[in-house]
Amino acid sequence: MGILEVKGVNKRFGGLQALGDVNLSVQENTVHAIIGPNGAGKSTLLNVLVGKLIPDSGSVMFDGQSVLGRKPHEIAQMGISRVFQTPEIFSDLTVMENVLIPCFAKRDGAFRMHGIESVADEKGLNEQAEMMLDEVKMLDKRHMTASSMSRGDKRRLEMAMCLVQEPRLLLLDEPTAGMARADTENTILLLKDIRTKRGITMAIIEHDMNVVFSLADRITVLAQGMPLVEDTPDKIKNHPKVREAYLGEAQV
Amino acid sequence: MLGLNSRDFKLFIIVCIMALVAPVLLNPFPTESALGQSFNAGYPALMQRFVIFGILAIGFNILFGLTGFLSFGHAAFLGIGSYAAVWMFKLLSYNVVPAIILSVVVAGLFAVVIGYVSLRRSGIYFSILTLAFAQMAYQLAYSVLTPLTNGETGLQVYNGDPQILMSAGDPTVPHFFGITMNGQTQLDLGGWSFTFQNGYYLAAIFLIASFYLSIRIFRSPMGLMLRAIKSNQTRMSYVGLNTKPYMLAAFVISGMYAGLAGGLLAAMDPLTGAERMFWTASGEIVVMSILGGVGTLIGPVLGAGLIKYLENIVSKINDGILHNWFAFMPDWMDNLFVTLIHPFIGKGWHLTLGLLFMAVVIFLPGGLVQGGQKIMDMFSRNKNTDAKDGAKTPAE
Repeated sequence: MGILEVKGVNKRFGGLQALGDVNLSVQENTVHAIIGPNGAGKSTLLNVLVGKLIPDSGSVMFDGQSVLGRKPHEIAQMGISRVFQTPEIFSDLTVMENVLIPCFAKRDGAFRMHGIESVADEKGLNEQAEMMLDEVKMLDKRHMTASSMSRGDKRRLEMAMCLVQEPRLLLLDEPTAGMARADTENTILLLKDIRTKRGITMAIIEHDMNVVFSLADRITVLAQGMPLVEDTPDKIKNHPKVREAYLGEAQV
Repeated sequence: MLGLNSRDFKLFIIVCIMALVAPVLLNPFPTESALGQSFNAGYPALMQRFVIFGILAIGFNILFGLTGFLSFGHAAFLGIGSYAAVWMFKLLSYNVVPAIILSVVVAGLFAVVIGYVSLRRSGIYFSILTLAFAQMAYQLAYSVLTPLTNGETGLQVYNGDPQILMSAGDPTVPHFFGITMNGQTQLDLGGWSFTFQNGYYLAAIFLIASFYLSIRIFRSPMGLMLRAIKSNQTRMSYVGLNTKPYMLAAFVISGMYAGLAGGLLAAMDPLTGAERMFWTASGEIVVMSILGGVGTLIGPVLGAGLIKYLENIVSKINDGILHNWFAFMPDWMDNLFVTLIHPFIGKGWHLTLGLLFMAVVIFLPGGLVQGGQKIMDMFSRNKNTDAKDGAKTPAE
């Protein structure tokens, strides 16, 4: 029994079968990659997982509880964090405030009527946020506005915002899309580091095969909305069906 | 100090001093001089408006400044607060305490309902919903609910009203446990005369308290959440936060500020009418915020002050006064200048306001506060040209 169990999920947009009978099981403490050519339904699947889309049929269980019909903030409170293709951060706020907000969300839940005590007086949360920033090596930038960061720093900041909540499952939507080679390498290192230090379960959607093969424990290949195969990276690399559907074109 | 960091505390002290010595500060010219006749603003009726609309703008800024949700119907809460206060005068007595308390409570209740519905949408749709509610409130007050609001005549206190808490010796004007709102002390110093009015000081104390509370809200976790909502709602929900109740809380607090302002208006002058809720009144609140500096602590107060100053001072200037000013010129030049300036004064003060508004939006998108910062920066650069990074004060 995995921490995330997707069973028989179907989603149709008009005449298009975006997801057809998708089954997926993510085991605790593994990195599970979902790959597939454009239009394979990867993003649709992710949106189902975070409550943005409701599937036509099927079930999605997280840690024994159904996530279907729950709002994104409720699913986040269950312990699922998401990293976006383009980093979603609070651009107008400082780096420190960016990390403080998830700390409040973790401690106080989805809503709490706060008094008029100052944010600066929340010593515990401030320390927690500073430690997190230290871990991603951004402590020296804590007073800067998030919008002034480089792309790579924004990605690390978003990662810090997710990690500070100690999620049970981290969903990553093409975390290296559009990144320069060096930034991609850095992101792989960061993810590996998180993996070894924190042992967080991750589900990652990715185009870049280099990223997938250096991180994943298991890989699910989607094609035209259906799961094609699920196996270990080594087996996937040499799987004839996968080569045909996806890798063949990439590794001429 | 007082739970504020040193910079906020300084700002707070400045506002306290300004509010308390306003009757002196706003009368810089001798009373009988031509300049004094035209530009002195230190008379009670106008100063009351400065602080009451300051409170209104501070409250509006908690919603618009922090969350970016533009309410275009905020005057409705002002009007509701006024009606609630006048009803207290009619039913209980002229004591302002129950009137002001009820005006805040009733405006808050209306804000819960209107906010709950309007916040189902964001952006322009939210603005339109609030506008629709405010216009409905206006129409209800103007005609449908005449028994409650006295329609177009406006609500006021009559001799036949119950006033059940009124005893024989009580003042027959609004008062705070016997201290009448229109009571005043006059101080004559040479050519100057300063008026210290009880009502003004009551309103000023509320302004100071409102301003203090607004600083605390800005710096609190709630303020942080509201700024985060303005910045990125998607990330808010993926972090596990429900934005709706935070928004509603901001909307209700903001509505209660407006209710307080409405209650104070009634406490200064115990009558009210539907025109207080008309959409132009709501628009004026938006203009105040933008003129002063949206999202800054002090900006909305400055914006409110400037608009009320223009409304009362520029609109008083007439051709006769202009001819007096230009009397030293040859006649043809005098007439030319008067003709040129004529459209911008008296009833044309809106034209002056419009031009000023355009200039601020184009050249100082951060409002008067940004203007002030630019001037400060220029000063500090001139003073010590080799300062490493000047006085880079973050927007306040």
